Amino acid sequence: MSDLLNRRFVDQIKVMFGWEPTKPTKPEHISAAAQKIHFYKKGNRDLIAEKLHARAHAERKNTWRNRRWITLIIANLLFTFSFFLDIQILEGALTASRFVGFHLIDLNSALQVMLAHKHIINNLIIGTGTVLVLWVLLGGRTFCSWVCPYHLLAEWAEKIHLYLAKKRLLTDQTIDRRLRTVFWIIFALLALGTGYTVFEAISPTGILSRALIYGPGLALLWVLALLVFEVFFSRRAWCRYACPIGLTYGVVGIISPVRIKYKLAECFHEGDCRKVCLVPHVLDTVIKGRAVDTEVPLGPDCTRCGLCVDTCPTGSLSFEIKGLSKLL
Amino acid sequence: MSDDDRKPVAGPTPPLSKARRQTNRRRFLRTALLTGGVLGAALSGFLPLIYSQRKRLRPPGALDEKDFLSSCIKCGQCVQVCPVQAIVLADLIDGMGVGTPYIDARQQACDFSCDAVQCVLACPTGTLTYHKPEFLTVRPGASLAAKPILLAKEKDPEQTLNMTERMGVARLTRPEACLAIQGKGFKGQTRGADFKGRMRYMNVDRWKPIKVADHPYDVAECDLCARECPIKGAISIETVFAPDGSKRKSPVVHEPCVGCGVCEMVCPVEPTCITIEAREVWKT
Repeated sequence: MSDLLNRRFVDQIKVMFGWEPTKPTKPEHISAAAQKIHFYKKGNRDLIAEKLHARAHAERKNTWRNRRWITLIIANLLFTFSFFLDIQILEGALTASRFVGFHLIDLNSALQVMLAHKHIINNLIIGTGTVLVLWVLLGGRTFCSWVCPYHLLAEWAEKIHLYLAKKRLLTDQTIDRRLRTVFWIIFALLALGTGYTVFEAISPTGILSRALIYGPGLALLWVLALLVFEVFFSRRAWCRYACPIGLTYGVVGIISPVRIKYKLAECFHEGDCRKVCLVPHVLDTVIKGRAVDTEVPLGPDCTRCGLCVDTCPTGSLSFEIKGLSKLL
Repeated sequence: MSDDDRKPVAGPTPPLSKARRQTNRRRFLRTALLTGGVLGAALSGFLPLIYSQRKRLRPPGALDEKDFLSSCIKCGQCVQVCPVQAIVLADLIDGMGVGTPYIDARQQACDFSCDAVQCVLACPTGTLTYHKPEFLTVRPGASLAAKPILLAKEKDPEQTLNMTERMGVARLTRPEACLAIQGKGFKGQTRGADFKGRMRYMNVDRWKPIKVADHPYDVAECDLCARECPIKGAISIETVFAPDGSKRKSPVVHEPCVGCGVCEMVCPVEPTCITIEAREVWKT
């Protein structure tokens, strides 16, 4: 990895914790090849014509979104049917389960329990370790967009929010992104200090997963309240500004080989990707003049949901498995 | 994200315009709102812990309540393995206990028809455990004098249940209504035809629990609690002296009682005469 990408790598981690993305201010922050492309794109009329053409003919794809929704629904239904039909493939709930006998334990739930109970038994270590390896391989926050049931509901709520925003009935009320890090620390300290897994009581992921498997309960009212807040007030507020699970998996994603790669050359800098993205700060690199290299992998806060890949009319964004692409 | 959120942080910060300051202030207020809302919701989970009236009967092998709540990961794997579905998960009214397993003995008691306390085996965090970790204390009277003998397994090489502590203790809470004390018999379905509760009857099928409603009784003197108790020597019908000196029959609970709740479930009187005091210890 070049120095440029190294610096960017650190910057991306800071962005995940709530810092604003930095802008390359000096020429040495950008590689020569990338500088050339940036310069070429400046006020290039042919490029603008080409861009308008590409935009007019871009077809609306939902490839990755559909794949993701199917995966998410199957994963959650596997829990439900394992219990309901007693097929015993995936027993338990998202917080902790057994996949054909192997322990799987959600990293954030495990962390809460370890901090609160201060005693760790072998099964807890095994389950947590397995899940850690799994999500390091699959991309960290991939958990959010490909498995978490709240993510799917929030996506649908987001559609209502965007519709209302388009009708000018409301505007998205943004919130400070550093809040998520603050929540993560508060909930960790609460677990450690009070000895109760405080976050687990309000985790919409846990509540929804249990509701899907063991039947609905009053706890769903809290999930509903969050969705209402997101529809009428702040777009995707829980996932963007609050959920500590997202941050835990984000940290795991730092070393993950699965990520979205941005290619500068083809990009017209229209920003369509940033409009559909749950975490648009990871896409700051697509803003004109910001890319530090010709190819930039997106940061660990990216949920690898693929909406940007579907949306990009020029194919500048694509899934990449680090190392594997070279082998193939 | 709007354009004005993309301001670079590098470089000297120019003085903020009035409009910008106002935007920042509103955003700070919104952030405070979300912080307050989420933390308020989270901390309100402590209220039921303070104000709850009744203790929950936890599954076999459960740690003491405080440790139970701190270590339970709320996955419900214990629910899934229970052959009679005695274990259910608590809802929002339990606050911090939301999603934790408990047993409503009157509706469906733990009758140990799994033979081996499967829920303990299923638990991934040691919240239900055979061996309590060293640093956790055992309340006096909570531990069983000997491993309880499961009547269903009495003829097996391994007769006992791997339990060291009791879940609670059965207590005759309404002796005045008890049929045994009144010297009355019982005929028919205990708990009525609509009762959904199930139990394993050894004389019917060892491995298949059936509905209690499908197993009618006809006894000259009611002894259902003692008759169906799955643990050896936990409860018996004894002849006792009433306050007026007359002799009468009465259910008497003994030390091996683990607090499984079968007696509470099968008691034909409404409301039940015998109840499990959850997490109660044995007092001599």
